[in-house]
Amino acid sequence: MSTTNYPQTVAGMSAGLAQGTFSSRELVTDCLARIAHHDPALNSFITVVAEQALAHADAADARRRAGQAGPLTGIPYANKDIFCTKGVRTSCASRMLDNFVAPYDATVVTRLAEAGMVMVGKTNMDEFAMGSSNETSYYGPCRNPWDTSCVPGGSSGGSASAVAARLVPFATGTDTGGSIRLPAAYCGISGLKPTYGRISRYGMVAFASSLDQAGPMALTAEDMALTLNAMCGVDPRDGTSADVATEDFARDLGEPLQGLRIGLPAEFFDASLNPAIATTLQAAIRTLEQLGARCVDIQLPTTRHAVPAYYIIASAECSSNLSRYDGVRFGHRCEAPRDLTDLYTRSRAEGFGAEVRRRILMGTYALSTGYYDAYYAKAQQLRRLIRDDFLRAFADVDVIVGPTAPSTAFGVGQKTADPVEMYLSDIYTTAVNLAGLPGLSIPAGFVDGLPVGLQMIGRHFDEATLLKVAHRFQLETDWHQHAPTLKD
Amino acid sequence: MLEEAQVQTLARLARIALEPAELPSLAAQLSRILSLVEAMEAVDTTGIEPLAHPLEPVPRRRPDAVTETDQRAEFGAVAPAMAEGYYLVPRVIE
Repeated sequence: MSTTNYPQTVAGMSAGLAQGTFSSRELVTDCLARIAHHDPALNSFITVVAEQALAHADAADARRRAGQAGPLTGIPYANKDIFCTKGVRTSCASRMLDNFVAPYDATVVTRLAEAGMVMVGKTNMDEFAMGSSNETSYYGPCRNPWDTSCVPGGSSGGSASAVAARLVPFATGTDTGGSIRLPAAYCGISGLKPTYGRISRYGMVAFASSLDQAGPMALTAEDMALTLNAMCGVDPRDGTSADVATEDFARDLGEPLQGLRIGLPAEFFDASLNPAIATTLQAAIRTLEQLGARCVDIQLPTTRHAVPAYYIIASAECSSNLSRYDGVRFGHRCEAPRDLTDLYTRSRAEGFGAEVRRRILMGTYALSTGYYDAYYAKAQQLRRLIRDDFLRAFADVDVIVGPTAPSTAFGVGQKTADPVEMYLSDIYTTAVNLAGLPGLSIPAGFVDGLPVGLQMIGRHFDEATLLKVAHRFQLETDWHQHAPTLKD
Repeated sequence: MLEEAQVQTLARLARIALEPAELPSLAAQLSRILSLVEAMEAVDTTGIEPLAHPLEPVPRRRPDAVTETDQRAEFGAVAPAMAEGYYLVPRVIE
């Protein structure tokens, strides 16, 4: 059961479907069987929709017979349980939304359905995407398929775990401070956080609205390009979705890297970086140089303060966004409320887990009279300095390269006692969200049997260059082809 | 450092019920997070304009036309308590 007869990638499945080697029903049936067999050990899914998926697979096969199939038609995938799906529960891994069935689809879900992709289920995550380990989920921690005693990273841990275990070839994720890139690194897959505004946030449960961005999680850069093509685009329902021309993100994949300038930030490679990870990344950088890229030392001095600025801004926006959960209009409601205040306060106390409550309280503090300037305004000033650091660097380089995470995947329960230690997992990722830049993580090697991620950061709306560099790297290396051995 | 009384005030502002037994550990955790955050003070930000949004987008305008359909029934269906098309809450005025 740990191997499959079907191609593992989106591109491979697309070719097989186009050639008639197999049908979508066969692919989806195999995918559901693998989930049923392996997911009990991983807990990467909160909800599996077998019956609906098979019906949609049949519809995709019919569409193909009618000559109306696109490159993604009939390919199975999973959505992080933060995307609203009409008729299928959207829990956000919270007790607050355990009973919530959205009356509409998120724009991302609509677009992937229009492309003919077949959703097989909704993946596990940190509650309301607040976490770096997938341990704050109301449905229990998700496990890393490389070592089930380890976390998959978070918050999009279920999507990363499911893709790494080859349960699905592609899953959606969201990244507010590293929530796509960190689990991609820990699970040895490829994950892209596009430029802020590239993908509509409509129907994506809000955490921190100036930072949240959806993106693809897959095995290869090529698969990320193919799926990003279907996910992105301006959306009248999201006023912050960027009104930029549509493009084919796969167009530059075959281009050489000659003349590409890669920036290596001193702050990402200082003495605090784990030496084994540093060695792995240096080998990856040499590969990029052999492909024709030239390395340039750069400085991003204010990024040292990205984690504090991020936790103030994200918590402030979260405290505001999550005020909507009041026990009145949807979501959890406490039993027998005495009065309206009791209804609000008890519904929220019962519905939210410990980390979500901490962040709401921290955000409330940062926004309160007397503290606003010291915390929220200060964090926003740092945000400008951080963004300007990047813009200055991009005058001289095309791509910035560094680690995705300061360590490989850590043990379940290892960092849950101290929130600050958990927050520092995001030390290399949060600055990218604060600046609104695109960033991706791809597998670059292993340390003690666990995957190491290489992060690449690009200019605003220059995902095509990031995907090209990642693709060329994956043509030269096979780290992305290593698959974990799953227990039978 | 956050005192337990301050945490209690924040909880009231955020409409989250807290048990008295939760206050000491919550005050300690939030204080620890604040000590991380206070590293921001080391940076001189005098005269720097705060940045609320990475791309500083200009809001788009759209025609002033009704585009949404009536989904009252669908939205009511996910509410904890409804009657005759209204959300039910405990009595507010005696």
